[in-house]
Amino acid sequence: MHYALLIYQAEGLWEALSAAEQEALLGKHGALQEHTKQQGTFGAAVKLTPSATAITVNKEGGKVTVTDGPFSETKEVLAGFYVFQCDTLEQAIDYAERIPHIQAGKVEIRPIAFSDSRALLV
Amino acid sequence: MQYMLLIYTDDTTEPAPGTAEFGTYMQRYMEFTQEVKDKGLFVAGDALEKVNTATTVRVRKNEVDTTDGPFAETKEVLGGYYLLDCKDLDQAIEYAAKIPAAELGSIEIRPVMVFD
Amino acid sequence: MVIVDPAQAVIAQTVKHEWGRLYASLVKYLNDFDLAEEVLQEALVAALEHWPGEGVPASPRAWLLQTARRKAIDRIRRRRNFAAKAAELEVLLELERQEGEMTTDDTFPDERLKLVFTCCHPALGEQARVALTLRTLGGLTTTEIARAFLLPETTLAQRLVRAKRKIKAANIPYKVPDPDQWQERLSSVLAVIYLIFNEGYTATQGGSLTREELCGEAIRLGQLLTRLLQGEPEAAGLLALMLLHDSRREARVDGHGGYLTLEQQDRDRWDRGRIRAGITYLDTALSLRRPGPYQIQAAISAVHARAAAFADTDWHEITLLYDKLYELQPSPVIKLNAAVAHSFHRGAAAGLRALEQLQTELHRYQPYHAARADMLKRVGATEAAIEAYKSAIQLSSNQVERDYLERQLRKAAGRGGQS
Repeated sequence: MHYALLIYQAEGLWEALSAAEQEALLGKHGALQEHTKQQGTFGAAVKLTPSATAITVNKEGGKVTVTDGPFSETKEVLAGFYVFQCDTLEQAIDYAERIPHIQAGKVEIRPIAFSDSRALLV
Repeated sequence: MQYMLLIYTDDTTEPAPGTAEFGTYMQRYMEFTQEVKDKGLFVAGDALEKVNTATTVRVRKNEVDTTDGPFAETKEVLGGYYLLDCKDLDQAIEYAAKIPAAELGSIEIRPVMVFD
Repeated sequence: MVIVDPAQAVIAQTVKHEWGRLYASLVKYLNDFDLAEEVLQEALVAALEHWPGEGVPASPRAWLLQTARRKAIDRIRRRRNFAAKAAELEVLLELERQEGEMTTDDTFPDERLKLVFTCCHPALGEQARVALTLRTLGGLTTTEIARAFLLPETTLAQRLVRAKRKIKAANIPYKVPDPDQWQERLSSVLAVIYLIFNEGYTATQGGSLTREELCGEAIRLGQLLTRLLQGEPEAAGLLALMLLHDSRREARVDGHGGYLTLEQQDRDRWDRGRIRAGITYLDTALSLRRPGPYQIQAAISAVHARAAAFADTDWHEITLLYDKLYELQPSPVIKLNAAVAHSFHRGAAAGLRALEQLQTELHRYQPYHAARADMLKRVGATEAAIEAYKSAIQLSSNQVERDYLERQLRKAAGRGGQS
């Protein structure tokens, strides 16, 4: 079963880190990716740009509207996510704990219903 | 440049499995996926299970805190995503508007971070 | 500042008239809003150094463009790790290649249409669109824009920085939109220009001078757009609307800064030149036979402009135009305006009947109560008129408007006392 591990954290947290801290954080991500690739459970890893660059698209009666900003204004925003193949939810939680952002933010785990990803075929 | 198209919808307003609308809705999704694949824009795409399957995990002072439910209770929730490789934001908007859920919920577009 | 040197005068003129065109070309070459602004500033400093001694070049704008491009080449070369960034290297090579071909020819391509669509892209916040358009196309300084919008300069500067960062990070394209996105994008551009105009026209506070500059700037942008988009009747329609409104600017206020209605205005103080220009643009737009909201609003304004006195107004024509406008933009505010026109065409009692159906939707809207008060006064329902004026005053957020309503209230109450 595939799980999406959605990383939510307060906006600006990454930008507030020093270069050395960013480096250390990326190192931990690298280790997690390495680990899951070895186990054959790695699906995908995506880091989004800050939500300030977001736009939201709606379509009503054939008319497309584009607005500035993320879809909802929450304190914590989606910063990125992983997709892993896990046997159980416990394994997904275990991976979640290894995501460094979990120290300050939150990781939401959602099973994937179906996938079109090439990335998941690895 | 890669853009993440995040699909936010209200579970209760989407066509339910078993109804005639559901079949057409899914058919449109498949056509959309085929189109972005044919155009060479498709990188990844996943549909998530309903939000009642969500679990949220936090670690504070090395204590793991696992709770039932999504990270925030909102009417519209993340239902899935497409990761597309587009030439600019306007192309990403063009395809976001073609996702069937754009007519029911909202599609948030976020550029994917490039480390260089 | 007194400008004594003719070279300085030419520089000031060039900045005023050519900033947008130069900026647009530089963004095209450099694909970078910040870099474009920095090197254009540097080129202007260079002009201040060279022109007074060496004389003004044959084409000041070509000179500035060439100088700015050289400054850009220097800057990109100086950036320490530029070799690592393929995109920058590409820009540099292209700039150097073109450098050989550069002449002091005055006729370089006009890229301003791309610039206006990027600045007014709906992915940017509305306020950011306004600020960016004024800065890049209008050449207004951050200080000037902040003053005109009564904002702290740091807030305005921040807004510009964020907008430019988003253009780069989200890769908002520097291009004229594709046909299927055209209508939405064009309406965003027109809305930004009209917003700038209205900010200046419905001046509620602040120095009137800076506010007038905003109207002037919006009209200049409207003229530019009308030139660049000759097949788009709504662009000309918006320009006509702004010119016709602006023709009444002087006549709208009395000697004490009080607001005067169309009925009270001295029509000899209307700017005939602006009216003629507005009507000419309107005729051009209408001849394309694709009516839109700006053209219809301009047509309504033109009916007023053509009437020698308030009593001569063709109210029938105006009610027909409002009906047409409502078809395109069904909103209760347009119905309200239609009801006012109706009250002059068929009488205040008819106007009041038309207002009845708007009560639920507009009871929190000041102009609804002001219009109702006026009609009630005209049918002689003084007590009800006084109550309606009081409701309007309670909902009013600006002093000039409140003063006007209070004067009307006193007049109505006075008349009530005499009867």
